[in-house]
Amino acid sequence: MDADRAALARRAGLVAAGVIPAAFVALFFAFPFAAILGRGLGEDGRLSLPFDVWLSSETLRLLWFTTWQAAVSTVLTLAAGLPLAWAVGRHAFPGRSLVRALVLVPFVLPTVVVATAFLALLPDSLERGLPAILAAHVFFNVAIVTLVVGGAWEGLGRGPWETAATLGAGPWRRLREVTLPLLAPALSAAAALTFLFCFTSFGVVLILGGPGRSTLETEIYLQAARAFDLRTAAALSLLQLAMVALALVAIGRLEASRGGRPAPATREGLRRPAGRERAAVAAVLAVSGTALALPLALLVARSLATGTTAWRRLFEETPALLVTPWHAIANSVLFAAVAAALSVTVGGLAAAVLARLRPGALDVLVLLPLGASAVMLGFGFLIAFDEPPLDFRSSWWLVPVAQSLVAAPFVVRIVAPALRSIDPRLREAAAVLGASPGRAWREIELPLAARAVGVAAGFAFAIALGEFGATVFVARAEWPTLPVTIFRFLGRPGAENQSIAGALAVCLAALTVLAALALDRAAPRSRGPL
Amino acid sequence: MTQCHKLGWLPLLLALLLGAAGIAGCGGEDDVPADVVLVTHDSFAVSKSVKTVFERESGLRLRILQGGDAGEALNRALLTAGNPQGDVLFGVDDNLLSRALAGGLFDRYRSPQLAAVDPDFTPPDDRVTPIDHGEVCLNVDRAWFRERAVAPPRSIDDLLLDRYRNLLVVENPATSSPGLAFLLATIARYGDDRWQVFWRGLRANGVRVVEGWEEAYTQQFSGAAGSPGKRPIVVSYATSPAAEVIFATKPLSEAPTAVIDDSCFRQIEYAGVLRGARNPAGARELIDFMLSERFQADVPGSMFVYPVRDGVPLPEAFRRYAVRPAQPLTLPPDAIAAGRDDWIDRWTQIVLR
Amino acid sequence: MVRASAISVRFDGVTAVDDATIQVPEGETLAVLGPSGCGKSTLLRVIAGLQRAESGTVELDGRDVRDVPAHRRGVGLMFQDDVLFPHRDVAGNVAFGLRMANRPRPEIERRVEELLDLVGLSGFQRRAVTSLSGGERERVALARALAPEPRVLLLDEPLGSLDRPLHDRLLAELEELFTRIRITVVAVTHDVTDAFALGHQVAVMRAGRVVQAATPDRLWAQPADAWVARFLGHANVEEREGGAVVTRPEAVRLTVAKEGGATVVSAERRGPLVRLRARLDGGGELEAVTTAIDHPAAGDRVSVEIDPSGVVTVPTGVGTAGD
Repeated sequence: MDADRAALARRAGLVAAGVIPAAFVALFFAFPFAAILGRGLGEDGRLSLPFDVWLSSETLRLLWFTTWQAAVSTVLTLAAGLPLAWAVGRHAFPGRSLVRALVLVPFVLPTVVVATAFLALLPDSLERGLPAILAAHVFFNVAIVTLVVGGAWEGLGRGPWETAATLGAGPWRRLREVTLPLLAPALSAAAALTFLFCFTSFGVVLILGGPGRSTLETEIYLQAARAFDLRTAAALSLLQLAMVALALVAIGRLEASRGGRPAPATREGLRRPAGRERAAVAAVLAVSGTALALPLALLVARSLATGTTAWRRLFEETPALLVTPWHAIANSVLFAAVAAALSVTVGGLAAAVLARLRPGALDVLVLLPLGASAVMLGFGFLIAFDEPPLDFRSSWWLVPVAQSLVAAPFVVRIVAPALRSIDPRLREAAAVLGASPGRAWREIELPLAARAVGVAAGFAFAIALGEFGATVFVARAEWPTLPVTIFRFLGRPGAENQSIAGALAVCLAALTVLAALALDRAAPRSRGPL
Repeated sequence: MTQCHKLGWLPLLLALLLGAAGIAGCGGEDDVPADVVLVTHDSFAVSKSVKTVFERESGLRLRILQGGDAGEALNRALLTAGNPQGDVLFGVDDNLLSRALAGGLFDRYRSPQLAAVDPDFTPPDDRVTPIDHGEVCLNVDRAWFRERAVAPPRSIDDLLLDRYRNLLVVENPATSSPGLAFLLATIARYGDDRWQVFWRGLRANGVRVVEGWEEAYTQQFSGAAGSPGKRPIVVSYATSPAAEVIFATKPLSEAPTAVIDDSCFRQIEYAGVLRGARNPAGARELIDFMLSERFQADVPGSMFVYPVRDGVPLPEAFRRYAVRPAQPLTLPPDAIAAGRDDWIDRWTQIVLR
Repeated sequence: MVRASAISVRFDGVTAVDDATIQVPEGETLAVLGPSGCGKSTLLRVIAGLQRAESGTVELDGRDVRDVPAHRRGVGLMFQDDVLFPHRDVAGNVAFGLRMANRPRPEIERRVEELLDLVGLSGFQRRAVTSLSGGERERVALARALAPEPRVLLLDEPLGSLDRPLHDRLLAELEELFTRIRITVVAVTHDVTDAFALGHQVAVMRAGRVVQAATPDRLWAQPADAWVARFLGHANVEEREGGAVVTRPEAVRLTVAKEGGATVVSAERRGPLVRLRARLDGGGELEAVTTAIDHPAAGDRVSVEIDPSGVVTVPTGVGTAGD
């Protein structure tokens, strides 16, 4: 039967499309990771499972702390992000897109930079430790709640609330009976992602945690990079990967059961705030704005601490780098562009395949690479790609590859739902009008998903720009990236070097804001990046 | 209103990507390498002019792979031992030396330039070459003490005095190289048991511990320009006062910070030819160059450490403001290797828990 | 012309279409009528090539199109809810099929203009499809389906989502259009009036089977069984031993008479016709239709006269009219 053949052709196309992302992940993630794990756990050519590490009281304590701080961070982030989501998701006001762009900045800034800025903010008595970690986590992740929940809120329109009001429900009642249930899918999605990020949080815990405070991720780093105890590091890496996979599967189940169909985007949800609402919105914006802007303002202040010399120095040579700092900015942009293209290609193909399957655990499992320790992955690169034919550990393009391992999962999470939401009948209409399956894909699915692809590309660009973990291992002095450079300047004595670091951080933040604004412009009715 | 064109660039970009990857992947694997690769830590720096001199004289291109601190750079080298990322490893100091040697990282090489090196710095083993030395010392903020009309501490012993309560910030020896150096200094000075008494005393006197030097110096130390810190005593380097002068926004007539002489611990940094390097001849040339006058003269300004070569002129700021401790504390590398882990554990017990 | 023979389609163990056969001569319209879930849309999709059938054949103009994929069958399809391409304007939608056939640009433009005229939307080329009203969207969908000059046009509930005045107007336009351009049409609908209006022949489907295919007159006069009778709107269906008796309302005459055998329950005028319902003294109800102006009113006692030519006995049929 002809429909048979078409189905077969479609399946073949799917398989072909899926091969590329699968090969990418296998070669650049699974293979190096397995290599370093093997090095750590291998004894006399055999793998010895490190039960002693897994069952030790230290590990259990580590696991407990990691989980617990992530959970508390998530709750706090939700609490802090909901008012902002309400303000941004329900109301139109001048500067709305700017606010949404600014909210993204902490998310993509390298944690090193933000943690350092935070340190400057801490009153002496507060020190570091748990409160600082929690505060920093909220700072970073409030973007997730604002954009995901805000986007969903916006998509729901005013209908449900107005109906509830006519039926006699007051504002608090509406919150309980209407708002929270309707927002439940978006809330759980935002909570899940926030939890994942806080669980695998590295820079924040390392810098703000204070001596002796460690999560799984930082402990892996300390064991691998500092103590060179590969066995313990490998054991903890496996543990972390397993925990993250478990969490992702649970999230996948949650999403599937809630019917992860994205809400249709409508414009009617937004309106100008009036009366009491106006004051409330203004208050939320003011408080959130200040809280978010303070560390960033500090960065700017620091960059100007030595007058404008720091900014002028960006164009001069310095022994700290082999190129002018300006070069680092250009490098970063170039790498990030390549990484974005790579992520969009790999992630887009994976999304195309996923969109044809039923929503399920696989959709969230694409986030698994985020659960792998960057330092272990970097080490894996070093030992896996050291001999021909895979002899590319010194190649420049390994940098964008490492960056896209982090960015591509986000591309999938953005593009797959967009593809799924395309009415399959549009494809059928095109077919009946004479479009072959390939042509229909080009004429229908691709243009309709273009908006999502654009959003994904912008996001991937911003993430690649700020990526620090794996890049450290593959970056070379001739072509440093921004985060690596900032880190280098931070580590040198003298006010001027600190100011240069600040100036570079401001550039990074500015680039991110630009990317985010362009993103928002391209997708005025986007449901949020995640 | 076709939005098809928006994605027309995608296949083009993909083609470019693949093409670029192909080109990048193809080139470079000649039989005679024209590069020499230096693997080192983040604190390594060299002036561009000096680098150019090397490249011109040797006909080789110098590539530098930097990442992490000395310990991390060493670990990466250990990870890839036998098939290293580069030709020369620079940045192994006394604390790490035994691990590097035990890991079989290096090939033997005695540079002819060693003849010009101060005999104080003779390498304990043929497989490494000393390149520079630095001293980790307590730094004090002169202005802070002057404002409060309090005499700054003169000796490391003074730190236990009531007068200096809550004024000291140190780095965690488990995670920081200067932190470890300071711990070793106390062990060298007070001996095997008394160092623990000393640290108990420090803890009682309100010592603050942070993870790394950046944080300690740029965030906690009041004497660093632009720092919000409130503590006027920190573990840093003997060259830090000079750095403060060099990087000051307004010209200074004297160094704003000073060094406590008897707290200084010497650290010598070594370089070695990596076993299995692609260009061992080039590696040897590079090490020779690193001992040459040109490079050694550049070392203070670039890395804020001292040259090992005899008779190398120091930059003026260093001559005026940097301190060259007469009798820095030291410990033999073997002793460090044997005791380090245990000492760090015990320190953690005493100070952190 | 279109012939679908012995088509069977199964989904997940459920038989959606069961050995269905329909046939449409060239230039004529067949309406496929049935309740929702009866398989009519599935049958349509099989003809279009969008659905695989387990067994049976489809012939278009005598050609067996079993191995021909959907995009090469040359049929036009109008979906329920139009399904216009949102990222293209009106002209972009209408021109789509012509572009797929790689026609030259000037020809495409000319044809688009021609078709928009045909459906009464001249000048709408550059309008965004999201700015159109329901009726305008249906017309664009129609123009789009007709643009590539298909031999066959398939309609899936084309008037389903429209409000009454629009619905009636479009229905009339469609009838006139199909006659004018002489295209073979298969229209699927659940509305009896639409089916009777559009179709030269009507095929009634139930639970995947075609239970009767005939002209509207024949269907009305001689429904295949009691179920079909009720589905078509017959009110006078009385189940008896060995069959059901269907009495056409036009064949029932009610005359005001004090000693008559029934009482009028309701009298409704719908345009030219009046529907009367009467309760019989002996039990049961009867529906009558008249064009008279002075007709019995609710509450009147009437006598009942039935013209035997309007009474037929049909098989009971399985199940109830709720299917």
